[in-house]
Amino acid sequence: MPALLMRDVRFKYRGAPDYALDGVSLDIEKGEFVTILGSNGSGKSTVCLLSDGLIPHAVPGSLEGRVEVFGEETSKRTVAELSTRVGIVFQEPESQLFCMSVEEEVAFGPENLGVPPHEIRERVEWALELVGMKGYNSRSPFSLSGGQKQRVAIAASLSMRPEMLVLDEPAYALDPVGRRELYSVLKDLKARFGMTVLLAERDCEEAAAFSDRLVLMKGGRVLESGPPRQVLRNPEKLRQVGIIPPQVSEIASILNSRLGKAEYSFLSVDEAEMAIADGLPAWRRGKLR
Amino acid sequence: MIPCTSAIPSQDKVISIKNLKFTYEGGVRALLDICLDIKYGDYLAIVGGNGSGKTTLAKTLNGLLRPSSGAVFVKGRPTTERRVSELARVVGYAFQNPDHQLFCSSVEEEVRFGPSNLGYSEEDVRQKAEQAIVGMNLSHLRGKPPLSLRLGERRRVSMASVMAMDPEVLILDEPTTGLDAEEVSELMRRLRRLNEEGKTIILITHDMRLVAEHAKRVVVMAQGRIVLDSDPRGAFTDIEVLRRSSLEPPAVTLLSHRLSKFEIPQDIISPEELVLHLLRSEGESK
Repeated sequence: MPALLMRDVRFKYRGAPDYALDGVSLDIEKGEFVTILGSNGSGKSTVCLLSDGLIPHAVPGSLEGRVEVFGEETSKRTVAELSTRVGIVFQEPESQLFCMSVEEEVAFGPENLGVPPHEIRERVEWALELVGMKGYNSRSPFSLSGGQKQRVAIAASLSMRPEMLVLDEPAYALDPVGRRELYSVLKDLKARFGMTVLLAERDCEEAAAFSDRLVLMKGGRVLESGPPRQVLRNPEKLRQVGIIPPQVSEIASILNSRLGKAEYSFLSVDEAEMAIADGLPAWRRGKLR
Repeated sequence: MIPCTSAIPSQDKVISIKNLKFTYEGGVRALLDICLDIKYGDYLAIVGGNGSGKTTLAKTLNGLLRPSSGAVFVKGRPTTERRVSELARVVGYAFQNPDHQLFCSSVEEEVRFGPSNLGYSEEDVRQKAEQAIVGMNLSHLRGKPPLSLRLGERRRVSMASVMAMDPEVLILDEPTTGLDAEEVSELMRRLRRLNEEGKTIILITHDMRLVAEHAKRVVVMAQGRIVLDSDPRGAFTDIEVLRRSSLEPPAVTLLSHRLSKFEIPQDIISPEELVLHLLRSEGESK
């Protein structure tokens, strides 16, 4: 049973002329980290809203096809029920934070579920530790940097102990350092807990290295889905759908074309460094011959 | 920190900032002793993390904010001695969020608003608006309400309404946020053309790839100060300064630093350039 199952899903927002999703079939397995790549209007945010039941329960429109979360049809469950299984984090952390302290913020979800106080305390500590915000309990969320706010928003989702975490462009409002903090938390969630994660992004400079799968979307359809190495083999293809490819995959692609039949693919600076250090002496000798 | 060399404004510069300090009501000190000269026709990138003072600095250039101390000279005269409408003819500012400046019921009206407020004749307003509408590729959208458009289009409308006032200096605050790859390259092409035509461009961003590819000069800000002022190549050689300023150099620059033992230069800013150096024959000079 997959964490998320979508079959022939079409969705049109009320009043919109076109379908936001136009026949999407997509499975996310338990423990999988999937990054959906798409530009504006690709449908990636709509997939996020479907996965936690905000569509069809809170967002008006017409929905066709089947959407299941852990084997249950989302249309037959309430948003409150689904919120214990799927946590969602949006672009702007400010839109999700409203409490006076970080601790209240993170405790808010489980309190509403009627979780006993001692367990709430445990969950809060666990979630804050996980996002690297231990000790910030009594700080006001509004005194934090963008990256810290977004990590608190993630902790507030995690304290509900969801089985799947959905993030819609979580780095949108962050500066490069905030971005780095955020992605190291996501990487950690996967490495330490094998958390099921659905990340919607407009580029994969960081996520390529630790995603199990990249899904390329455009115009409400899935164009390609596969391991990052396969999807990033041809960086030009990403540009054609409005995605700026990771610089390391551009380097690999240029190297391959200059070296003839080489088949390099780099997903991170570390990987590129090792492969280049390894191959470079031979490339340079080769040119002298 | 870059110190001020003299307190006298440079007459040959379009903008000359001397010992500028700015403190918001409530006491947040956003700018601490800024000195910066910008010459006519420059293409300057102001980079820095959130809260480093980039946007505050930009707003002092067109008189939206008045210095708490020090001065900003625009074409040799302090901003405090000019009306904002007068400054708008020289320094145009496109907000980070285009919706903060869009309020008319059609694109055409929106773009005409600026020049008609500056007191241009009917004919001049028509001509300037038309030029900006065509220049920003908005002809097919001229009758539409701006707020009904997509983000990339709204951003073009906000830029066109600034362009229509025909300013010599164009400030763009995070103009690529939320745009698709294609829209970004189209926007950057337009900016390059405007710069070639003689406009001074000031780009505020934290996208270091964009800076590497387009700017002629980079000013790095951190905690209300300018911590580095150099050409893009120079700015990328000091990774530590960038990191301390909440910035991250492009992956290709990081990689060239890690590969320095192979005699790869430390100031590489494009993938093509890196591969060229990687495949250089032994003994070949740089």
